[in-house]
Amino acid sequence: MLDKIGIAKRIAKEVKNGYYVNLGIGIPTLVANFVRDDIEVEFQSENGVLGMGPFPFEGEEDADIINAGKQTITTMPGASFFDSATSFSMIRGKHVHLTILGAMEVSENGDIANWKIPGKMVKGMGGAMDLVASADNIIVAMMHTNKRGESKLLRRCSLPLTGVGCVTKVVTNLAVLEIKNNEFYLLERAPGVSVEVIQNATEGTLIIEGEIPEMDI
Amino acid sequence: MINKKVDNVKEALLGVTNNMTFMLGGFGLCGIPENAISELVRLRIENLTCISNNAGIDNFGLGLLLQNKQINKMISSYVGENDEFERQMLSGELEVELTPQGTLAEKCRAAQAGFPAFYTPAGYGTEVAKGKETREFDGKMYVLEPAFKADFAFVKAWKGDAAGNLIFKGTARNFNPLMCGAATITVAEVEELVPLGVLDPNQIHTPGIFVQRIFQGEKFGKRIEQRTVRKRS
Repeated sequence: MLDKIGIAKRIAKEVKNGYYVNLGIGIPTLVANFVRDDIEVEFQSENGVLGMGPFPFEGEEDADIINAGKQTITTMPGASFFDSATSFSMIRGKHVHLTILGAMEVSENGDIANWKIPGKMVKGMGGAMDLVASADNIIVAMMHTNKRGESKLLRRCSLPLTGVGCVTKVVTNLAVLEIKNNEFYLLERAPGVSVEVIQNATEGTLIIEGEIPEMDI
Repeated sequence: MINKKVDNVKEALLGVTNNMTFMLGGFGLCGIPENAISELVRLRIENLTCISNNAGIDNFGLGLLLQNKQINKMISSYVGENDEFERQMLSGELEVELTPQGTLAEKCRAAQAGFPAFYTPAGYGTEVAKGKETREFDGKMYVLEPAFKADFAFVKAWKGDAAGNLIFKGTARNFNPLMCGAATITVAEVEELVPLGVLDPNQIHTPGIFVQRIFQGEKFGKRIEQRTVRKRS
């Protein structure tokens, strides 16, 4: 079974040379740490920066340079700043190649819910609805089950939706799955995790074709 | 040159009253019009509708207006960092219209640019699209979103001049340039009000035509919400 770092490491393998990538808050933010350093990638943050770098050295923080999680950051050579409409032109206009974000629920037809628990959590959708409505290549990073042990990979989402039919791939602590034909296709198992464990933790339709390899991370 | 310079925040906010709709720039606490917010707190006007991506934190930014219960309705995309906000929203004291961030930006830009509405894919099939016109283009569904209407826009820039030209710094730009000219009156506060002719016309982010009043901000706290650093190795 993977921890959050493991999930980030596995997703980092999906980042290809020449990609512009938008990382959501939480596990997705960790992905930047594990991208191969022999490829060229630029990270976009929806609050208006392309070419995000690592956190600043102590004492070099600048209140005017933050990421979407409101964390102080630095920029890489070749970076640019822009307004929020330009930022979402990059996103809506499909200029960003890969979007990685967290979720509370994903359904077998690719719906995603990650912004609201009615009567409880009302933080808002931020840029998530724009991201999932536009991007062609969306990877969800999340735990396979919630704190009560219930599956987060469902037939139908129970929470208010962020977007419909948009998720293409899910990487969890247990597995890598692809969503197509309104079904979850099991692609890889986490180290030491059996197909049965994944099957039992998946409420949606799970397609298992042939021998399922273990992840290489 | 048409002079937009006013002497201070009091003069800059002349005409604000109860029941108005305001736009306020900023992402989190980054690039917020701190001086205008302080003056709104002092003026104690209320029943306000505020369009702003976030709602500040409990004791800074728009959180100050919330604590005073001056805001009746917020239009935002993300409000996660403010306990008082969440309390007022869940108790029903505060009306909240959560809007996807890209849609929020475009509703400002549309108001600035003279578009009454636009179609966006964001929110289709979700509760955000409820009651809104939808339409198919090339096999994909879109939601019709109207431009914002506001009485005042309060923005913050790094440098500006008496002509109202603005230059922003880093990610403090965010919604600020989009709100300029998107309300009846745009008020810009700047860190440095420089003499006319100093700013290179090639480098202007927002031309002065979109700004009605500009003033030198008295002080900028520029608080950091999440101070993240790495160790020198």
